[in-house]
Amino acid sequence: MSEKVLMKGNEAIAEAAIMAGCRHYFGYPITPQTEIAAYMAKRMPKIDGVFLQAESEIAAINMVIGVAATGKRVMTSSSSPGISLKSEGLSYLAGCDLPALVVNVQRGGPGLGGIQPSQSDYWQATKASGHGDFRRIVLAPASVQEMVSLTFKGFDLADKYRMTSMLLADGTIGQMMEPVSLDMGEVTQYDKSWALTGTGRQRKPNIVNSLFLKPEELEQTNFERYDRYAQIEKNEVMYEEYMMDDAEYCVVAFGIASRVSKNVINEARKKGIKVGLIRPITLWPFPKDALLKAADKCKAFVSVELSMGQMIDDIELSIRCKKPVLLCNRVGGMIPTPQDVMNAVEEAVKIGG
Amino acid sequence: MDFKRVALFSGHYGSGKTNIAVNYALYLRSFGKEVTVADLDMVNPYFRTKDSSDVLEKEGIRIISSQFANTNLDIPALPAEAYAVVQDKSRSAVIDVGGDDAGAVALGRYVPYILEENDYDMFFVINKFRPLTGTAQETVQVLREIEYAAKLPFTAIINNSNLGHLTTAEDVLESQKYAEEVAELTGLDVRYTTVKEDLAPSLTGKIENLFKLKLHVYQTWSTV
Repeated sequence: MSEKVLMKGNEAIAEAAIMAGCRHYFGYPITPQTEIAAYMAKRMPKIDGVFLQAESEIAAINMVIGVAATGKRVMTSSSSPGISLKSEGLSYLAGCDLPALVVNVQRGGPGLGGIQPSQSDYWQATKASGHGDFRRIVLAPASVQEMVSLTFKGFDLADKYRMTSMLLADGTIGQMMEPVSLDMGEVTQYDKSWALTGTGRQRKPNIVNSLFLKPEELEQTNFERYDRYAQIEKNEVMYEEYMMDDAEYCVVAFGIASRVSKNVINEARKKGIKVGLIRPITLWPFPKDALLKAADKCKAFVSVELSMGQMIDDIELSIRCKKPVLLCNRVGGMIPTPQDVMNAVEEAVKIGG
Repeated sequence: MDFKRVALFSGHYGSGKTNIAVNYALYLRSFGKEVTVADLDMVNPYFRTKDSSDVLEKEGIRIISSQFANTNLDIPALPAEAYAVVQDKSRSAVIDVGGDDAGAVALGRYVPYILEENDYDMFFVINKFRPLTGTAQETVQVLREIEYAAKLPFTAIINNSNLGHLTTAEDVLESQKYAEEVAELTGLDVRYTTVKEDLAPSLTGKIENLFKLKLHVYQTWSTV
């Protein structure tokens, strides 16, 4: 008897969230992530959970704030334009130090864009997801199995650091079907003594709030929050290295772009090109140290993205512009072809020498 | 071989309808039949029949799909020419229906023609390795929901139980019990058990009515 099931990436997120203890899901349909809501609609009533199709993305994220304040695991999901609508709520989640998991299965943009896959919300996810000074943990799955493991991880990190995690997938990983194991072991319980659970007149009320009347207090809250962010940058960086041991050229890619890149790296190796891959799994915190280390031995980098070139900024910053970084990209719902990536690798060889 | 003129493929979301429909169309063609494939899937945005249009058209198979399939638009519109599959009785028709009851709703406008002609097979595609259809009981529930939405009764089952690239011969053998349970609960016969081409040799003789499947869409990304 096989332990595995065959799942769509979006279904895997939903089932993994349920297994991680999430019993509250608020969402609004948008392609290419609607299967998450559809799956939750079928499953939640059977396990005494709450599935609610909100009247809008804005309503959904505010419902998330409400449940998160009670210390329960809660999730919302959307795709690019819908995440833009949620951005005010995302800032409030940060300002209130609330744990939640927000899923973005990206599609092409800007504007209404299209329904085909994209990674062009990298900047939005890692840098500018709402107003004010704040960070968010951003996890980038590259397989349906990672939709499961990173959904778990996202909830854990959110609880551990009292902040929002984002699962930043692309439409292809959301729609593709792969065999997965759902066995993730026990769910870790975190201290939630801050949560609004009713005092029973036994203790002082907890307060969850993002308004501070005194600027000194607001400043101090920001400082403390950034101390926590520093811990995350130190302890929670995740990435995968593929054929980097002897690599002279380094491809950097996440999500579906990393899967295309792996095939190309195998082909390039057959041609004698010593190329490897660094795949960031956490986009924030970004694997800066791994890249800087690679810059010592690699002659050139290639950033493969489904965007006009967003992650490339972080690569250049990480390696302090020590080596050239080429961009290999397709946008608008297109995925870089193996030939696109091979051409970029060969160009890197020319430039890197 | 005696085939019904119209073959419809319906079932749970992600049960494998599209791939089977494409393979079935090629199978019919190998008997010299004139074949039209209609993609009536209004619920699945990616990985559609149209992805296989090259291989189908090369074999002289006509393909009808929404002009919006594989575009950036999310419009559940069906092309007027889709009526050809029910009205042009000179050609065999293979109809790829969208998943679940939501996808089967699209059949409504064609069903009166199909029932009147009464020369059809409505295949219920099942995969025990999919979530929400892991047991025979759950699977039959999906079947009832689809029949209610489609207003068309199923005539046979296709057991497409698989785990993608990890499928073993044992998985397929093991799934037979599940398929037989579904058959017993519904009174339908298991018309075919599908299997990836490479597993066929190890299952030949062990399973009746084995239907070999080939993946016609080239995948540019690595297998995990």
